[in-house]
Amino acid sequence: MKKPTRTQGAQRRPPPGWGWIRGWLLRHAQTALSSLGRLYRAPAASLMTAAVIGIALALPAGLYLLVDNLRDLGQRWDGSASLSLFLQQDLPEARARQLAETLRGWPEIGTVQLISPEAALAEFRALSGFGDALDALGDNPLPAVLTVRPAISQVEAEQIGQLQDKLAALPEVEQAQLDLQWVQRFAAMLQIAQRGILLVGGLLALAVLLIVGNTIRLDIFNRREEIEVSKLIGATNAFIRRPFLYSGLWYGLLGAVLAWVLVMLAFWQLRGPVRQLAGLYQSEFALATFGLGTSFALLLLGILLGLAGSWLAVGRHLSAIQPR
Amino acid sequence: MLRFDQVSKRYPSGFEALNQVSFTLETGAMAFLTGHSGAGKSTLLKLVALIERATSGQIFVDGQNLARTHSWQIPYLRRKIGIIFQNHRLLFDRTVFDNVALPLVIAGHPHNEVGRRVRAALDKVGLLNKERLYPITLSGGEQQRVGIARAVVNKPGLLLADEPTGNLDPDLSREIMGLFDQFNQVGVTVLVASHDLELIRALDHPVITLEQGRLRQVRDSLAS
Repeated sequence: MKKPTRTQGAQRRPPPGWGWIRGWLLRHAQTALSSLGRLYRAPAASLMTAAVIGIALALPAGLYLLVDNLRDLGQRWDGSASLSLFLQQDLPEARARQLAETLRGWPEIGTVQLISPEAALAEFRALSGFGDALDALGDNPLPAVLTVRPAISQVEAEQIGQLQDKLAALPEVEQAQLDLQWVQRFAAMLQIAQRGILLVGGLLALAVLLIVGNTIRLDIFNRREEIEVSKLIGATNAFIRRPFLYSGLWYGLLGAVLAWVLVMLAFWQLRGPVRQLAGLYQSEFALATFGLGTSFALLLLGILLGLAGSWLAVGRHLSAIQPR
Repeated sequence: MLRFDQVSKRYPSGFEALNQVSFTLETGAMAFLTGHSGAGKSTLLKLVALIERATSGQIFVDGQNLARTHSWQIPYLRRKIGIIFQNHRLLFDRTVFDNVALPLVIAGHPHNEVGRRVRAALDKVGLLNKERLYPITLSGGEQQRVGIARAVVNKPGLLLADEPTGNLDPDLSREIMGLFDQFNQVGVTVLVASHDLELIRALDHPVITLEQGRLRQVRDSLAS
């Protein structure tokens, strides 16, 4: 395709327009590719740098994913906060049924499930592995239990607390246990863990910044002659900066891809044992790995850190190189 | 094209490289700049390309006052000037073609135009068949010709050469000077710094002589 007008040498900058934008995009694409080519021509050194970045990113990314999974687990239980009412040991089953029926009538209660002492024993026998020991007891030591789930409107911790008190006061009830408490503690612990990861992540992000910055700094000194000559024949600072910024971008992206692969491999290793553990708790829970959004966020973070690192190096060292 | 008006340059070390130098080089003219080493030839050329800034006085390149040229404008000034160095300063990690193409790539010329103009420049210096070679495989004279091709590929109005024949034997030197003469004949303004008086005598161009930073004489009625 021929351009309608030719600019006269480099005397004037061509006016902005479609052709100019196309040229600009083309130049960027060329620089990006040649920067990538430069990394490809020194594969060992490039991979080493990318690996360091990858490991530094994989650590917080993996921890983040782990905590995300745990929080998900906590939330599942959180939504199904329930109260276990351990009834008096000698309460006849008919009375227990009657009580269950009464409670179902309460407005603050959603569902009530009766677990008879026999059913509780059977379940315990099946799950605990203490079958023989239970046989030796002869008598069933377990009381009847009512599992009470609050109505949907009663999810505030305070409301559930009030309900717990009310239920505990019933004469048939020996003990009313709220199954939410440990979930709350768990959530609090997760919050601490998240804070910790944020801190570790911040430090490692700083490390990535320094790694990229130092790599680019060495690159700048290795190409000193090229930079000087380019400046002598009319290269703008932007032109000289560009290949180094793209190098930083590629380092960041490669590191992020590597981190992604590392975390995926680690989680793949964990998947089997976790499913086994979940099976023991009769849960369908399976480890979640990176989704599309988090994968994208990780890559973007890598790119941004790479760019920022090279920007630091370029800003500090390029202006110091002036032609003699 | 080039005018010096009472230009002085004192380096931070206190050394006074140029002292009250004034001369004019008309558009399309060619002149030699001569003097002993340390007389200020290199400094004068550096001031024109804004590699150094004058301490006092004014320099005009193509009507542009260099004292009023901001640092962000320097790249655009340098694109109007072709500079040839004594040690040619080629990049040894790329081919002859890529070396000569660099000014065009920097100025953002479209790809097909780059190829055409690089070959035209290499043709002028007689190295068209060597575009795929690396500079390290070329002789000293050939390397210098690649340097000249790089300086003229952008069709600059002003050509500066700092001791372009410093490392060459007399035959090659004459050849290189002949090239400058040719560029001058098609309208390029040329200023060549050289201490090779024999070579300068052979060519009929004005001579500006510096001595310890001062302008000693301008031979052959340089219009001013």
